[in-house]
Amino acid sequence: MKGFKSLWKDHGYVFALIVLLIFAAIASPQFMTQTNIFNILRQTSIVGIIALGMTFVIISGGIDLSVGSVLAVCGVIILLLQNEGVPIFLSILAGCGVGMAIGAANGFIIAKAKLAPFIVTLATMTIARSLVIFLSDGSSIIGDASSDFTIIGNGKIGPIPIPVLIFLAAILVCHFMLQKTKFGRYVFSVGGSETTAVYSGIKVDKIKILTYMLIGLTVSIAAVIETARLASVSSASSGLYYEMDAIAAVIIGGTPLTGGKGTIIGTVVGIIILGIIGNIMNLMNISPYLNGAVKGIIILIAVLLQKRGK
Amino acid sequence: MAILEMQRINKSFHGIPVLKNVDLSVEKGEVHALCGENGAGKSTLMKILTGIYERDSGDITFKGQPVTGMSVQQIQRLGISMIFQELNLLNELTVAQNIFLNREKVKKGMVLNEKEMVSRTAELLQEAEHIDPAEKVRNLSIAQKQIVEIIKAISFNAELIIMDEPTAVLTKNEVDILYSLIGKLKAAGVSVIYISHRLPEIKEICDRITILRDGEKIATVNTADISERDIAKLMVGRDIEPNKVERADGQSKKEIFRAEHITSGNMVKDVSFTLYTGETLGFYGLVGAGRSELAEAIFGIRPKETGELFINGEKVEIKTPSEAIARRIAFATEDRRGSGLFPERSIMENMTVIRHIKTKTPIIDKREEKQITKDMQQALRIKYASERDEVIGLSGGNQQKVVFGKWAAGDADIFIFDEPTRGVDIGARKEIYAYINKLTREGKAVMIISSDLPELLETCQRIAVMYQGELRGELSNEEATEERIMMMATGIERG
Repeated sequence: MKGFKSLWKDHGYVFALIVLLIFAAIASPQFMTQTNIFNILRQTSIVGIIALGMTFVIISGGIDLSVGSVLAVCGVIILLLQNEGVPIFLSILAGCGVGMAIGAANGFIIAKAKLAPFIVTLATMTIARSLVIFLSDGSSIIGDASSDFTIIGNGKIGPIPIPVLIFLAAILVCHFMLQKTKFGRYVFSVGGSETTAVYSGIKVDKIKILTYMLIGLTVSIAAVIETARLASVSSASSGLYYEMDAIAAVIIGGTPLTGGKGTIIGTVVGIIILGIIGNIMNLMNISPYLNGAVKGIIILIAVLLQKRGK
Repeated sequence: MAILEMQRINKSFHGIPVLKNVDLSVEKGEVHALCGENGAGKSTLMKILTGIYERDSGDITFKGQPVTGMSVQQIQRLGISMIFQELNLLNELTVAQNIFLNREKVKKGMVLNEKEMVSRTAELLQEAEHIDPAEKVRNLSIAQKQIVEIIKAISFNAELIIMDEPTAVLTKNEVDILYSLIGKLKAAGVSVIYISHRLPEIKEICDRITILRDGEKIATVNTADISERDIAKLMVGRDIEPNKVERADGQSKKEIFRAEHITSGNMVKDVSFTLYTGETLGFYGLVGAGRSELAEAIFGIRPKETGELFINGEKVEIKTPSEAIARRIAFATEDRRGSGLFPERSIMENMTVIRHIKTKTPIIDKREEKQITKDMQQALRIKYASERDEVIGLSGGNQQKVVFGKWAAGDADIFIFDEPTRGVDIGARKEIYAYINKLTREGKAVMIISSDLPELLETCQRIAVMYQGELRGELSNEEATEERIMMMATGIERG
């Protein structure tokens, strides 16, 4: 019984996913089709990739609110460059560079000026959104919908959508980094006890900057997929509320906001749970306007269960 | 007539008695010193008096009335106030707002009457008129804050004020201000219980002195009738002769580390000392002597205004802990949970962190981690079920061994141990001493900071004594006696 209790405490999100899957399969016959499952995975891959970076940031004791706006900035840069005739590959590199540079700036200010990550990334979020509106003159940047670039967002290899493959690769890399490298270990250390980390000779500032650069990279990869899929970036809606979904996925996946603990697998399950909820509501013809309400309730239940598990 | 009588007070924590039949009697208008080594039971006794702890048995009478089962607030209303070392003022409020906190003066039943609070405060402050009642507490010096605390206590009509190490953080000038305030309290018939380690101070301002040792009352005497030397004797006076320290024989003593003229803030003043291979150097001092701060300055945690460090005769710069670690220095701090361990991470992760810092490979080898943890478990006899368990679940002694293990696994030459056996039971303590002996046999240099004198006598070849940030002297194990060390640690004598 004790074994079950600790299993529940550490992996409660897996049970939640199973319950949800059973419920969904009963509620809608379309749910368990291959097309629908890949659809869910493709839809969740963009925020899912961001949530992977968010897992590192939250484990290290930080938070990043700027991801949605930064995604839009990266998207704008990529499309603007492509519209100027810059090769696709270079435009992607530039987008990733911008994402990592913004992350480095966030991390640098948080680590060196010792400001609260919430405040710093709130400011970055505002600045980045404003830049997007400025660059797109308040509307949208439209790319070439027939470009090869769009394959990244819409193509498939066999039955599997390319975004899902990218997501899968990112999951494997992030899991490896968190569990098997010293960088991952130090991320846990910094979030577990910053003082002990300093006294143990861990370069805490460097680790913090690296985690924000890592989330910047995941955001820019997400931006590549999103812009490739839509061949446009809207200053008003691109990346809107992605930070909330990414943070929610991390928390549903069992990583506490206080840091020091967490897993990549948990976050992946968290994002899939969020994706399934949207999907079932759609299949059951419930108004999508209520999506947020259901997500909010799920987040509360997840956190309450984790607290009771302690 | 005695205003306070505490009789046959007993208190245990987890079955370990910390107060044994302690009596304390304080006269009206008396300044009564409470003395004893760290851990003698002074704080516990005062926490019982102020209602923070419940006593197991014993009687307390204040102004002729028995004090039983009262809350902290009720006792405060009775007229007993305590001024803690860490002051309890709200920095962002003004002096007046602090003094009337939670009992604000109001107009028409709801609007704050700042004016009346300020003028009432000004009346109270008249003796210390250099403090402005409308000033924010943040802008006051520490001495001024202390005065505000005392005024606040008086405003509660306190007839007995307890001061815990009030001068620990004060400058000479500020101490004089405090003394004159105490003089005025006395004249007004207010009694003071004065907790201090500083014997010259006690001689100067206290009427009587009660000495505690290991939870027992040793004596209450008139301050005029006893010398500082005798007070120090009474404070330590153990009759158990400690075991003599193991000698690293056959080895020629070689200098490995030298600190010259280290100064860091107010807490470390011009300290120089040398460590030799195969040797343990103990650092003794009372609370606030600056020993931990010295270690922090060496380890690169605290900035050094002046001073040079030499390792194997070569001058080195150490500005961060990672530089210190790269120079093969290890520092096990006194605060295990706060700065020694990652409490919610596994034993294995805690044990291998320094090793990881020192090696270059970016990828973790879990088999190697397991091996290191197992080796350290055997070397230190650590008891745990699985190396994957959270380290916080271990007993204090085993946690301390993990801290030792993490530094030993990182392979250092110079070990600094700050309070290595605090909160550790006797058995684990012996094992930790044995491990320290093993380190010195291997030619490592060990610096031990401890407030436990017998421990230092048992483990160290030399003992350095600090007092208010200064190194007061150094004694070899042969010349060191508890009395001599205490004379130096209380500022009576220089080595």
